[in-house]
Amino acid sequence: MDFDDTPEEAEFRAEVRAWLTQNVEPRPNGSVLDLDARFVRARRFLAAKAAKGYAAITWPKEFGGLGGTEIQHIIFLQEQAKVDVPTMHGSDFFSVGINLCGGTILKCGTDEQRHRFLPRILRAEEIWCQLFSEPSGGSDLAAVRTRAVRDGEDWLITGQKVWTTYGQFSDFGLCLARTDPAVPKHRGLTMFIVDMRSPGVEVRPIRQMSDEAEFNEVFLDNARVSDRFRIGAVNDGWKVALTTLGHERSTAATLTFIEWQHVLKIAQQAKINSQPAIEDGRIREKVAECWFNSFGVRLMAFRSQTALARGAVPGPEESWAKIIITGQGQRSAIAAMDMLGALGSLTAEELGDSWNPVEEGWYWAPAFRIAGGTDEILRNILAERVLGLPPDIRVDRDIPFNKINTYGGSHGQPGDAVWKGL
Amino acid sequence: MNFDFSPEQEQFRDQIRRFLQKADGVGQARSVLDNKVQNYSAPIWHGLADLGVQAIAIPEEHSGLGLGALELCVAAEELGRALAPVPFLSSVCVCAESIRLFGSEKQQAKWLPGLANGSIIGTWAFADNTGDDTRFQSGTLSGTKVPVLDGMIAEVIIVVTKDADGTPMLTLCDLAQSRVERQPVKTVDPTRPAARVKFVGATAELLPKCGAGGWQKLSDRAAVLLAFEQLGSAESSLAMACAYARERGAFGRKIGSFQAIKHKLTDMYIKIQLARCHCYYGAWAISTDAADTPLAAAGARCGAIDALDFAAQENIQVHGGIGITWESNCHLFYRRARLNALLLGSRCEWQDRLVASLKRKLV
Repeated sequence: MDFDDTPEEAEFRAEVRAWLTQNVEPRPNGSVLDLDARFVRARRFLAAKAAKGYAAITWPKEFGGLGGTEIQHIIFLQEQAKVDVPTMHGSDFFSVGINLCGGTILKCGTDEQRHRFLPRILRAEEIWCQLFSEPSGGSDLAAVRTRAVRDGEDWLITGQKVWTTYGQFSDFGLCLARTDPAVPKHRGLTMFIVDMRSPGVEVRPIRQMSDEAEFNEVFLDNARVSDRFRIGAVNDGWKVALTTLGHERSTAATLTFIEWQHVLKIAQQAKINSQPAIEDGRIREKVAECWFNSFGVRLMAFRSQTALARGAVPGPEESWAKIIITGQGQRSAIAAMDMLGALGSLTAEELGDSWNPVEEGWYWAPAFRIAGGTDEILRNILAERVLGLPPDIRVDRDIPFNKINTYGGSHGQPGDAVWKGL
Repeated sequence: MNFDFSPEQEQFRDQIRRFLQKADGVGQARSVLDNKVQNYSAPIWHGLADLGVQAIAIPEEHSGLGLGALELCVAAEELGRALAPVPFLSSVCVCAESIRLFGSEKQQAKWLPGLANGSIIGTWAFADNTGDDTRFQSGTLSGTKVPVLDGMIAEVIIVVTKDADGTPMLTLCDLAQSRVERQPVKTVDPTRPAARVKFVGATAELLPKCGAGGWQKLSDRAAVLLAFEQLGSAESSLAMACAYARERGAFGRKIGSFQAIKHKLTDMYIKIQLARCHCYYGAWAISTDAADTPLAAAGARCGAIDALDFAAQENIQVHGGIGITWESNCHLFYRRARLNALLLGSRCEWQDRLVASLKRKLV
């Protein structure tokens, strides 16, 4: 066992490190940049990254990738993490496009779509969002009601989407819509590329409990989409959606909230009963748990990297990482607040910037316990696909979508179908 | 990046696993429980010797295989998976390892060859924090140690005592002498029997190369190896629970299709995965003598205790009423989980060791 690079990996790492040193702009005096400045810096950085092929290391060169390996991709991410790129450059605005939508187009799109969209996604010229969840269904994604109706060479899309990350900045959206309501829910869906600036698309930011607005509602009212912007076959959209979700879950393990070092420092500085908090066994337990879980997930990543290098294909086994990271983020934030007593109720505005990770963990961990597969959905996936347990009984699985009862099977009121009038 | 066992080590694992499946570890554990077999399974112990398991880490000059900690980890996991009732932890992971690491040439030449082929069984008695009165003075040992795992079958014992400053030191005592009195004690897990060992001015000798940090080093290594045993047992508990959940019907469906059961089994799986990651880190640390060893060992120990305790408890719960009967194998894992959680010091102690390591790391 070792954590060493092979000579080839070491060479690539050195190359990446040199490139990052040249291309990362340090944050001016640690100050927080305004939105426009972040966009400018992010675009500059990502365009340089794309020119070098680092924006999508595993993609073929033909579409702007490097034609490299998964291991090279991991090495790049490891090096990039050391230089704080996401926060410094605001490149998270582009991450939905690069990490989720681009991969889906590469795998399921037409050549025309690949040539039209992929280079621009990589060069950060166009921002993307995901139009998946709806007010009536998030975990039950296959129950989307947004309807796409054929109109000559086009489709007209009508419905409402929600939790659309960065929808307010987006140029395009990957939209899952129902094209045949008369068949069971998974079989009547199709994936489209929606131009977010086209008539009939309205984006309204959702004010979150943190008072930020990263998510949006998107209203589609006969938004026109060319059939050339359809991804995959008509009524084959579920398969395309699963490709996107696979990417989403595999990137979730890179989330970070409050680090153990931060929790330990607070425990050494704060006092409980006039003693340093760290002298209290209950606090030590929380510090230990924080390290155990966050470092445990890092170790998992090292195991995956090893498996990849030995030729394994990643499966759903690692879905547990998001459950651990987000749950721990929430618990650590609450532990930190507890250690400060009543002072812990003050915001970072009062307590200073060092309190930001606590506040962010407290506000954001709950969101990420839901986004990209809730704790409960991920447990179902692990149980069924890894532990081989029998599937849950799904009362709506074989029923035509327009005959499904809102209230679930025989307990509902007769005739109250979710898709009235179809 | 090579954060896994090598193909050769995996091959070794397969050999041990196949042997233990055939030898029926759980069945042998039950025989010990039912007093049909005394103290340990001799057939399994001899079979393991044929595979070279006891000889893994012992140098070739003392009739060992001269392999390392990673092979010991692999063997420990498989023994835990099979719940094999053999003195692996006592004899191989603690006694032989302490003589190998800290013994004199003479001590090594005397004991290691027998420990390597399994003809000699050794054990250890560690410094208890509740009323331990063991003293080592001018070549003699006095005081009582309890519980001493495999104390009735061992021929040699490593005793941890404290010097005048309270520093732990390791002494070696040949148990074939009249100044040692032994009697069996009852524990929650009779499949791994223990004894009360009284030293009445028994002849003993220091392990000369031990030094002030010797016991810490030895216990860190033992903690990682025991963690692998626990990991194996936890995997077996989970496999038992999943198999039962797939078979057992209630309310017109298999109970494994209920989310209450699925999520419970998934939580077992997650704890095991986390423990596995930390066990691997512990394996890497002890196999390379890494500076991070105390932290890695504490992480492996705490994670493995949590994983096996939880898996053993919830395995009974998934089985329902049948799980609490003598006939069911659930309680064998439930017993082993507790015993393993307490040997080498409880989770409370190891968690404090973990946090102490984190503090050092932060400075």
